[in-house]
Amino acid sequence: MHCDLIIIGAGPAGMAAAATAAQIGLTVVVLDEQPRPGGQIYRDVDRVAPLRGDILGRDFTEGTALTAGLDHPNIHHIAGAVVWSVEEAVSVHYTRAGQSHRVTGKRILLATGALERPMPLPGWTLPGVMTVGAGQIMLKQSGLVSARAVLVGAGPLLYLLAVQMLRAGAPPLALVETQTKGDALRAIRHVLGALHGWRDLRNGLAMLYELWRGGVPRYLAATDIAIEGAAHAEALRFVSGGKAHRIAAGSVFLHHGVVPNTQAARTIGIAHRWDAGQACFAPELDVWGQTAVKTVFIAGDGARIGGAKVARVAGALAALQIAQQLGRITAPQRDQKARSLVRRLQAERAIRPFLDAAYPPMAQALSPQDNTIVCRCEEVTAGDIRRSAQLGCLGPNQAKAFCRAGMGPCQGRYCGLTVSAVLAQENMRSMGETGYFRIRSPIKPVTLAELASAEDTQGHE
Amino acid sequence: MKTVSEFHSLNASTALVSVWYRGRRLDLPEGANLAAALLAVGITSFRETPVSGAPRGPYCMMGACFDCLVTIEGVTRQACMLEVSAGLRISSLADPQGGQDAL
Repeated sequence: MHCDLIIIGAGPAGMAAAATAAQIGLTVVVLDEQPRPGGQIYRDVDRVAPLRGDILGRDFTEGTALTAGLDHPNIHHIAGAVVWSVEEAVSVHYTRAGQSHRVTGKRILLATGALERPMPLPGWTLPGVMTVGAGQIMLKQSGLVSARAVLVGAGPLLYLLAVQMLRAGAPPLALVETQTKGDALRAIRHVLGALHGWRDLRNGLAMLYELWRGGVPRYLAATDIAIEGAAHAEALRFVSGGKAHRIAAGSVFLHHGVVPNTQAARTIGIAHRWDAGQACFAPELDVWGQTAVKTVFIAGDGARIGGAKVARVAGALAALQIAQQLGRITAPQRDQKARSLVRRLQAERAIRPFLDAAYPPMAQALSPQDNTIVCRCEEVTAGDIRRSAQLGCLGPNQAKAFCRAGMGPCQGRYCGLTVSAVLAQENMRSMGETGYFRIRSPIKPVTLAELASAEDTQGHE
Repeated sequence: MKTVSEFHSLNASTALVSVWYRGRRLDLPEGANLAAALLAVGITSFRETPVSGAPRGPYCMMGACFDCLVTIEGVTRQACMLEVSAGLRISSLADPQGGQDAL
């Protein structure tokens, strides 16, 4: 199959880019792992919005406007497509229903979104412990809500899930929040900027009010967090307000921010730099989202964490630049269309510095105790990584050889940042100097049978 | 095996289909996310880790963590990326043929 633009990911950035490109006349293939479009934020929105839009709120149901945009003769949306290789000149391999396929194009847009920041705490590998995002996906897609849940960490997503659970008639037992008074003080200097995003501020305050009115207990500046349990999470222990607490719980949902999912970009050598404000690695891009690998663009949370509304604008901007480079619109036409988008981008981003400062990653999870598992797949502890550093291990790729961290099936998605952070602390080097895992294709498992079934490009046309 | 679910469902009753999980029959909602459907009937541990044998269940629900791995027709798959269909035969990684004799 051949097209002008291959988009990986049918979340807000991917869907907006597809619609913009298609309207200009580009042929677009959208590859997405999920059976239905929406990404994680608008997961399964077309089916779910009528069922429980009242619980999930307008910020969810408005995703139907984006999924509707995929219904265009120039867009071929391939659902259930698991991308395992991206090649800069210019093709993408994916598997679907047990067969491998290849699609070629002129440009690629990576719209692969975010991953939840790794949150290694004692007991975080127990069944019953999930990310807050996962808890929300269960509620959105499957209509399942935990009866005895504790939400742990920091950030607006914690409040959003708690409010949605409250509306669903199953409020969480408690919110155990890790942000401190110091974080609040540091956030104050961003309040003026955040006022430009006053709608987001207002929504945040409304959520806090709803939780207070609903009687959901909030514990603040929590430290020494541990999840107890033998074969399943049974309780959460923590210290807050100078007192030790223990809450019996059946589900523990963890969250302290999201970080760009950089797996695909890293396989083709796109440079990433450490973003201290967001405490994550982010790809180096120009204003349109174009990388130094000229055929590849990145938009949405995979480029920089900004949320769904930023993502859709960034996706549209990338599509405009791609259309201009492929000669479908002129530079002045591009700029004319981009002008209002850039203004929206600035407005939607206004709240972000405030949020980043008010809800930073939890200190305990950035520097876990020695006996805490960091690499879930290979069960490598923070102590194992520190010992590797003491033996002379400077970077995460060496750590793979020293202690197998990052060698399992998740390919470092849920340990990479922690491995780098522990090595950086131990070696007293910066995150930039320490670097990140080298990621290679296949970025998702592919069976030999699927490979053997690979269709030739010509055969498919 | 734990059979009381930590989750309760907001859904009106949906059509159920039979699947086989480690040799026992389960009736799950057709088309539902497989990982969510298993959690909803009280199955919380999907596999044991190859290193220490520790139990693991779904963590991310979006295809990234690989903790919800199960074996389906001899192939290791992420339960959170699959939908429930009639007759699905799900076994554990450690015993990929496990339960198939019961059929």
